[in-house]
Amino acid sequence: MRIRCPHCGERDAQEFGYLGDATKRRPDGPGASAEAMFDYVYLRNNPAGPHREFWHHGAGCRTWLVVTRDTRTHEILAVADARAAAQGDGGDGR
Amino acid sequence: MRYSALALLAEAFRGNAAREPVWREPEPKPAYDVVIVGGGGGGLATAYYLAKVHGLANVAVLEKGWLGSGNIGRNTTIIRSNYLLPGNIPFYEWSMKLWEGLEQDFNYNAMVSQRGVLNLYHSDAQRDAYARRGNAMRLHGVDAELLDRDGVRALAPFLDFENGRFPIRGGLLQRRGGTARHDAVAWGFARGADRRGVDLIQNCEVTGIRIEAGRVKGVETSRGFIGAGKVGLAVAGSTTKLADMAGLRLPIESHVLQAFVSEGLKPAIDCVVTFGSGHFYISQSDKGGLVFGGDLDGYNSYAQRGNLPTIEDVMECGMAIWPGLGRLRVLRHWGGVMDMTMDGSPIIDRTPVEGLYLNAGWCYGGFKATPASGWCFAHLIGRDEPHPAAAALRLDRFATGHVIDERGAGAQPNLQ
Repeated sequence: MRIRCPHCGERDAQEFGYLGDATKRRPDGPGASAEAMFDYVYLRNNPAGPHREFWHHGAGCRTWLVVTRDTRTHEILAVADARAAAQGDGGDGR
Repeated sequence: MRYSALALLAEAFRGNAAREPVWREPEPKPAYDVVIVGGGGGGLATAYYLAKVHGLANVAVLEKGWLGSGNIGRNTTIIRSNYLLPGNIPFYEWSMKLWEGLEQDFNYNAMVSQRGVLNLYHSDAQRDAYARRGNAMRLHGVDAELLDRDGVRALAPFLDFENGRFPIRGGLLQRRGGTARHDAVAWGFARGADRRGVDLIQNCEVTGIRIEAGRVKGVETSRGFIGAGKVGLAVAGSTTKLADMAGLRLPIESHVLQAFVSEGLKPAIDCVVTFGSGHFYISQSDKGGLVFGGDLDGYNSYAQRGNLPTIEDVMECGMAIWPGLGRLRVLRHWGGVMDMTMDGSPIIDRTPVEGLYLNAGWCYGGFKATPASGWCFAHLIGRDEPHPAAAALRLDRFATGHVIDERGAGAQPNLQ
């Protein structure tokens, strides 16, 4: 499996670390309800198909990436900077 | 036919004339009291114990492929009960006790071999952690022995005791642990269930779960609708797909785990050995091949195959404890899809849908749990109350904070 890093080009997946589901958003601060925190920490859609996920190019440019990958075939469909992906989604960019 | 040495001999003289299929291939009935989805180890064991212990014979097991085509045929066959936490030890020890009587119970040779499971430690801190685990096991009535370096050397003299980075200081040994013939476990439970009237229906994929007014009514399948009073899900890596059909969201991710077999050798290693400074475990099958594995690949996957970096990591871990492995060739390797929970422990529980029961989250430790998984799931379905040994394996433990985090890794399924 190879990931096309936006900064370093196509690199072996061994250079990257995996964090997991990139669709989850941490509920905001101490005001967040227990249910919202439970959903954020524990529940996953776990799709069989395209999955948006965080990878870290730790042995390269050290950028956090959002990779869209098909979990049935391991085919990589899209790669973006995590910051750009978050802002593109209307998120706060954290 | 009841299997025995005498029956084998008699059949030999008769030219195997009375040989018959081990189970029937029935057409699905319009409805059953209980439908179990998943004809793997967990589903077949559940059906067997539902019929044998709870007297329920109007039961069907639905399998989308052939019986035992999932993780029950893809594991590294290790059985053990060397756990640390109170919610886990009674459950896995009950499984160990069932293993010990299993072959007599279901009259099938599952080749259960209590050859011992040895966990190596490589530092003082790790020795202390293993002493603690061994003590926890003994307090729960499980056998455990803490070995020093000489004790390990007597069992496995070929290991690399003087390795500069990972010197072997000793190990925690569970002598009652060992291995079993994985396929035969599925076949034995299948045969036992079939003989008690359970319908084992292969090539029957569940495509929907019919729910009316919060109560399960049956399942839509590739062979039509099948009504059911109760439905039990035991589908391992496909759990999320089935849960989606019932509108459930679960604390589970599917991950791929690889395993390996070497070319056949003369007897070389007579117990299961695990590496303490990385993830690696190895044993020898009765055919002679070394069976080994290590970490998950680490990313969500429904593909029953992995990637090369993990293979390299597993081989490096193996070489760190047993340099002689470098002279061997790997004969084959494969991957299976694991239903990884957020705390690394399984779930055997009711769901918010009345009549729908869940057996899932086996991570990469499901094989050893097969008999108790079936026993406790059958108890839950048959009596509608949790079995005491599995009472902690609740679905709501994540929301209430009662997680059973054996590894202490937190809510990261790929690190469990």
